Amino acid sequence: MKIHEYQAKELLKKYRIPIQDGVVCESENQIESAINSVSTQFNAKQFVIKAQIHAGGRGKGGGVKFCPTKDKAIEAAKAILGMQLITHQTSEEGQKVQKIMVAEALDIAKEYYLAITLDRAKGQDVIMASTEGGVEIEEVAEKTPEKIIKVWVDPTIGLQAYQARQLAFGLGLDKDIIKQAIPLFINLYKCYTETDASIAEINPLIVTEQNQLIALDAKFNFDSNALYRQKDVVDMRDLAEEDPTEVEAGKYHLNYIKLDGNVGCMVNGAGLAMATMDIIKLQGGDPANFLDVGGGANVETVKNGFKIILSDSNVKAVLINIFGGIVRCDRVANGIIEAVKDLDLNVPVVVRLEGTNAEIAKDLLGNADLDIIPATSLADAAEKVVIAATGGN
Amino acid sequence: MAILINKDSKIIVQGITGSEGSFHAEQCFDYGKNVVGGVTPGKGGQTVLDANLPVFNTCEEARKTTGANVSLIFVPPAFAADAILEAADAGIELIVCITEGIPVQDMARVYSALENKTSRLIGPNCPGLLTPGEAKVGIMPGFIAQPGRIGVISKSGTLTYEAVHQLCQAGLGQSTCVGIGGDPIIGTKMVDLLELFENDPDTDAIIMIGEIGGSMEIEAAEYIKENVKKPVIGFIAGQTAPPGRRMGHAGAIVSGADESADAKKKVMKACGVHVVDSPADIGQTVANALKTTTA
Repeated sequence: MKIHEYQAKELLKKYRIPIQDGVVCESENQIESAINSVSTQFNAKQFVIKAQIHAGGRGKGGGVKFCPTKDKAIEAAKAILGMQLITHQTSEEGQKVQKIMVAEALDIAKEYYLAITLDRAKGQDVIMASTEGGVEIEEVAEKTPEKIIKVWVDPTIGLQAYQARQLAFGLGLDKDIIKQAIPLFINLYKCYTETDASIAEINPLIVTEQNQLIALDAKFNFDSNALYRQKDVVDMRDLAEEDPTEVEAGKYHLNYIKLDGNVGCMVNGAGLAMATMDIIKLQGGDPANFLDVGGGANVETVKNGFKIILSDSNVKAVLINIFGGIVRCDRVANGIIEAVKDLDLNVPVVVRLEGTNAEIAKDLLGNADLDIIPATSLADAAEKVVIAATGGN
Repeated sequence: MAILINKDSKIIVQGITGSEGSFHAEQCFDYGKNVVGGVTPGKGGQTVLDANLPVFNTCEEARKTTGANVSLIFVPPAFAADAILEAADAGIELIVCITEGIPVQDMARVYSALENKTSRLIGPNCPGLLTPGEAKVGIMPGFIAQPGRIGVISKSGTLTYEAVHQLCQAGLGQSTCVGIGGDPIIGTKMVDLLELFENDPDTDAIIMIGEIGGSMEIEAAEYIKENVKKPVIGFIAGQTAPPGRRMGHAGAIVSGADESADAKKKVMKACGVHVVDSPADIGQTVANALKTTTA
C-alpha cells in the first residue's frame, strides 16, 4: 500500500525526523490561506508547490514548482491542483492531482539518498545511503555501485549504533551533521519496522545552507500482509489514487490488474495467470488484464470476474483458464454456465478447464447450449481466443 | 528415493482442526497413509479423521509421541511464524508452510532464527511437496502426477500443475515436485533444491519454473553452470507483465539486477538452461532435452 508524500512526512515527524514542512490543500479556495499559513508557521518567504499523487517523477512531469513569491505560488498552485499529471510511472492519461502540498522552500547545500527496504536475497532489511541524492539513483546503482553504502540489519537485534555510524561516516558528513544523521538513521529504521513498511525512502535527504539535515521528499510502501495490525497505516489509504476497477475487484477478493490489450483473462493462480498472458502474446494477441480468481473459483467469483473484465470496453474476447487442483472443474463449469446466462455476454468466451473433474465439466459445458468455445490445452485456448478477439471464427 | 519426502516420512499437520487443515490432512493421509497426527493448541487429546489421528497441544509432544519428522502448517498468517518456530524447536526436520499472507517482518525473524537450527523450511505461501506414489505434504492434487524421474521446482502453484500435467502427457513422471512459494522471504530457494536433485540418483532432469521479480533464478542459473550436470529446463512467467508502477527506487537498486523475464531468461540460457518461451511447451522441451543428452 502506498501513501502520499505529505503523509510520509507526517509519519517521519512522529519519529522526530526533521522534514521540509508544509500545508495540504484539496481545493482552490484553500490555496491562499495555505500559503499564508506556511509563510507564518515556518517563516517561509519562498515556496514549493508539490502535486500529491502516488507516482514518482512528479518534478519532471511538471508537478513540482519552486515559487519565489506568494503570487507565483498562488499561480502555480492553481495550475497544478486538478491537472492531469503524466510521469513515467503513471498511465498514459496521467493521474489527476487532487491534493497539493504547499511547502517551505529550503536552501539546499547538499543532497543525499537514503532508503530502507528488504534485500530478498539475504532475507534481511538493507539500509542504503548515497552522496548522489536527488538524481536518478538507479543510474548510480548501475554505473557506480560503490557510491551506494549498504548496511544489512539482523531482524532479531535491529539496527545497531555502529551501523548508523558506518553510514554517517561513509557519507563523509561533517561533524555537526553526523550528530543529526545518526539518530535520523536509527529513527527511520524504527519507523520502518514499527509500521511494517516495505520501502522507506528519503530522496533527497538534504543539508541546508544553515547546516540542518532535513527530509525534502519521502516515499513509503507498506507490506499488505501486515495491514491487519497497522490500523494507522490503513487510515492513510487514498482510494482516489487507485484504479477504481482494481479497488472493486479487491472487494470480491479478486486480484486484478488492468492492461491495454483486448483479450480478457480469468485464471486461477498468479503464476498460471501470468503464463496465460504470455501465451496470448505469443499467439499474436494482447491481454486486457491480469485476473487471478484464487483458490475459490465458484459461481460468485466467476460472475464477479466477468463483471470486472467486461467493465473494460476494450475487451473483445475472454479466456477462462482454470487448472483445478483442489478446485473442482465441474463447479467452475456450473459457475461459467450460470454467469454466461445471467450476464447476457456479447463477447466470445473460450474456456479451458483441466484437472479435477475436467471431463464432467466438459460435458456440462457441451450440453449447456451456450455460445462457449471449448479448448483442449493451453496452446489451443490461446490460439482460439486470439482468433475470436480479432473477429474470426 | 526422491528428495525430502517419501513413503517413510512421518507427517504431522499444525492447524489440523481448522477447515483447511482438516481437509488437506485427509487428502495427504489418503495419498500416502503417512500422516501420523496433528497439533492444535487447546485441543490436545482429541482425535480427527474418524479417530485415525491424534491431536496434540504442542509440536514437541506430537514429535515425541509419533516420531514425526515432517510438519505441514495451515495456521492463519498472524500465528504462522510462531508455528514454524515451534516446529523447528521441536526438532522437526522438514517444515512445510502453506499459509499465505504472513507479514514479511515475521518471516525475516523466522529466516534468521532458522539459521541456527537443523530444520529445513519450504514456503510459506506455497503448494508444498509431492513425491508421486509415495507422499504428499501440501495441497497439490495427487492424481495429476505420476511416479518418474523428473524433478520439479516451482515458485507457482497452478502453473506447477500445468507443468506436471504436460510432463505426464509426454510420458514423463516426476521424482518429486516442490512448490517453493512466491513470497519475498522463503525458507528453501531454487539453489538448495537444485543441489538435492543433482545428487538424487532417481532424478534425470530438472524443471525450474520462475517468475518475474527477485533474483533467485539468476542465482540458480549461475549455480547450474558450475554444479549441475543434469539437464535443467526453465520457464519464467510474466514476460508480458507490465513493469509495476513502482514508487521510489529502493527495490530496484538492492540487487542491481534486472528482474524482468527477459533478463532472467538471458542469464539462464547463457548458463546452459533449456529455456522455454511458451508455457505450452514445457513438457515437450523436457522430452527433447532428455533425448539430446542420452543420444
